Amino acid sequence: MYEYLETAENRESLKRVVVDPVSRVEGHGKVTLLLDENNKVQQARLHIVEFRGFERFIQGRPYWELPVLVQRLCGICPVSHHLAAAKAIDQLVGIDPENLPVSADKLRRLLHFGQVLQSHALHFFHLSSPDLLFGFESDISKRSVVAVLAEYPEIGVQGVKLRKYGQEVIRMVSGKRIHGTGAIPGGMNKSLSKAERDYLLEDIDQMIDWAAGSVALIKKVHCSNLPYYDDFATIRTNYLGLTKPDGALELYHGGIRAKNEHGETIMDHIDYCKYNDYIHEEVRSWTYMKFPYLLSLGQEQGWYRVGPLARVNNCDYINTPLAEAARVEFKAHSGEAMVHSTLAFHWTRLIEVLHCAESIKELLNDPDIMGHDLVAQGEKRYEGIGVIEAPRGTLFHHYQVDENDIVTKANLIVSTTSNNMAMNESVRQVAAEYLSGRELTEPLLNNLEVAIRAYDPCLSCATHAVGKMPLQLELVDIEGKLIDKLIKHSDGHIERDNA
Amino acid sequence: MSKTITLDGKIIPFEDGQTIMDAAMAAGVYIPHLCHQPEFTPHGSCKLCTVKVNGRNCSACTFPAMDGQDVLSETEELINDRKKITQMLFVEGNHLCPGCEKTGNCQLQAVAYHLNMLDNHFPLFYPNREVDASHADVMIDQSRCILCTLCVRASQQKDGKDVFAVSGRGINKHLIVNAQSGLLKDTDLEATDHAAHICPTGAILIKRTGYRVPIGERIYDHKEIDQVSLETEHVKHGE
Repeated sequence: MYEYLETAENRESLKRVVVDPVSRVEGHGKVTLLLDENNKVQQARLHIVEFRGFERFIQGRPYWELPVLVQRLCGICPVSHHLAAAKAIDQLVGIDPENLPVSADKLRRLLHFGQVLQSHALHFFHLSSPDLLFGFESDISKRSVVAVLAEYPEIGVQGVKLRKYGQEVIRMVSGKRIHGTGAIPGGMNKSLSKAERDYLLEDIDQMIDWAAGSVALIKKVHCSNLPYYDDFATIRTNYLGLTKPDGALELYHGGIRAKNEHGETIMDHIDYCKYNDYIHEEVRSWTYMKFPYLLSLGQEQGWYRVGPLARVNNCDYINTPLAEAARVEFKAHSGEAMVHSTLAFHWTRLIEVLHCAESIKELLNDPDIMGHDLVAQGEKRYEGIGVIEAPRGTLFHHYQVDENDIVTKANLIVSTTSNNMAMNESVRQVAAEYLSGRELTEPLLNNLEVAIRAYDPCLSCATHAVGKMPLQLELVDIEGKLIDKLIKHSDGHIERDNA
Repeated sequence: MSKTITLDGKIIPFEDGQTIMDAAMAAGVYIPHLCHQPEFTPHGSCKLCTVKVNGRNCSACTFPAMDGQDVLSETEELINDRKKITQMLFVEGNHLCPGCEKTGNCQLQAVAYHLNMLDNHFPLFYPNREVDASHADVMIDQSRCILCTLCVRASQQKDGKDVFAVSGRGINKHLIVNAQSGLLKDTDLEATDHAAHICPTGAILIKRTGYRVPIGERIYDHKEIDQVSLETEHVKHGE
């Protein structure tokens, strides 16, 4: 679609505009535009400029540390990493998901609903609502949650409290709001006490009401300017995510389903332990983030989107009544089998908030949540793969251990990584359709950030591999003049760039 | 008349053969320590229990109580020294509390909290130390060893074995095990041995048990180390 904007030919003669950092996203990234003399965009890229390396430094550690170590990848969705790793290490102690004790399974689901609820609420109310309520090109002083609290106090406070509630669910199950311990190999280390259950039940009806209100709000915002919202940063893509065996929306455990832009099934009910047969990753020299794609469709056609839009697009229904009604309304608005509007990520995100709140209520009323049969144990295995639907999309954790229980290999495909190509395409779409040929101003550049923000990227999570990552070393003298430049390519080849 | 010492202005009794640490613990006064456990011969290596006896610095765990001694412990100078010693222990190894399975149950961490240690102060060494996971049920993470020798003493004095020792000098000092191969799997250590459970930090761990105790139920979640020490170590004292 807009691939022609990935690399311009005559780069030296073009004017460079940089949005650095991209704000109100998790982690550090920047956008660069190269413009010709008529301000026509010739190249647009989203670069991820931070570097983590978790896959490497968890090697040599005992496997039971993994859920606690890898959740430090992120402060926003640590529970998702915690649980993806826990699902993988369950297999190392011989426990498949169907053999996990019922109470442990439900506690993990409750923990994860709390996680998705708080992360989505954080993203919508704290990070994105200023754009949606005040306009994409509004004054910079208005682009924060503080302005939302001042002008729309009711919405702002609901957002803060919804997020807090999700955090409280996490605290009750895992001991801390951020980076607790809950999941252990083969189960959980505690269940909910009656007092903890009752404490969470106190506010849940209010949370469901507010979540339903937020769905109504985003629908109103989206439909108030339908053509714009349906077109802005919109790209027609494949979608990938987990679903339940009957095709229902699933966040904790299911088979992989992928559909193409027309809603036709590419694959369905795939056992995620075989993900490597279906998904590969490509490295490009100008970013620390990899580009995953479906092997059957190849690098050019096989990239896909994950996250709330993918999940709501892919699933056949949602198993909680209010969220299902919201899904039906959402799908009906476009009239197509798949909704491709990038800004519809917000709408689907809030449908999921509603689903999480309804599901939390259901689980809190289930006596199994206070059960004491929490850990199972089987025969030791040497490889474990855990996949979960994190707030930002499908998250893969894959580990191998040796006979001494030490991790020898790790591979993580993080949700944001799967959206890498899509975010770049959306940036290029906005650059080509909304910015090209205009005199660039700061508010205009916020459009690029709005496009990226819709995906709710977590750039910290997405930059974890060591060894294959390209690096660039610049030697600059005291006046800022470039003296020397070394580039390490993804194949390990090092080149000196004296241009 | 029983014999007494003065500890921070308070007169406390002692019996012949008791150290200053013994007398203090019996009187319900906590003196910070890491290498000391009343059930084993005192070692005096961590120096956290340094007190001023009649104007001179001594290790409370090894120095005998004597009638009329004037002992100072909770002075600003000694508290600061203890904090510095703890900071040095942290920077010398790789003590990454957030991910460590001993967190909440770790005496080093608890002492640091007790001393209000808020940063490392000194530059971190980031030493490259090995993990020995060769044993079926016990592992050693040398990164967290503070050379307190409690495992050495527990193995000798309680288990009747000789599994652990300390080798090397200065910065190269390290824990070794009694096997030609240098591996824990080739020693006669068993997971039920006292030595496998005595480590005050996360250097010697029982495998596959990490994180089983939930947050809120760990040793130092609701009590500081002074209270825990006086409750648990004093009981052992009277046994």
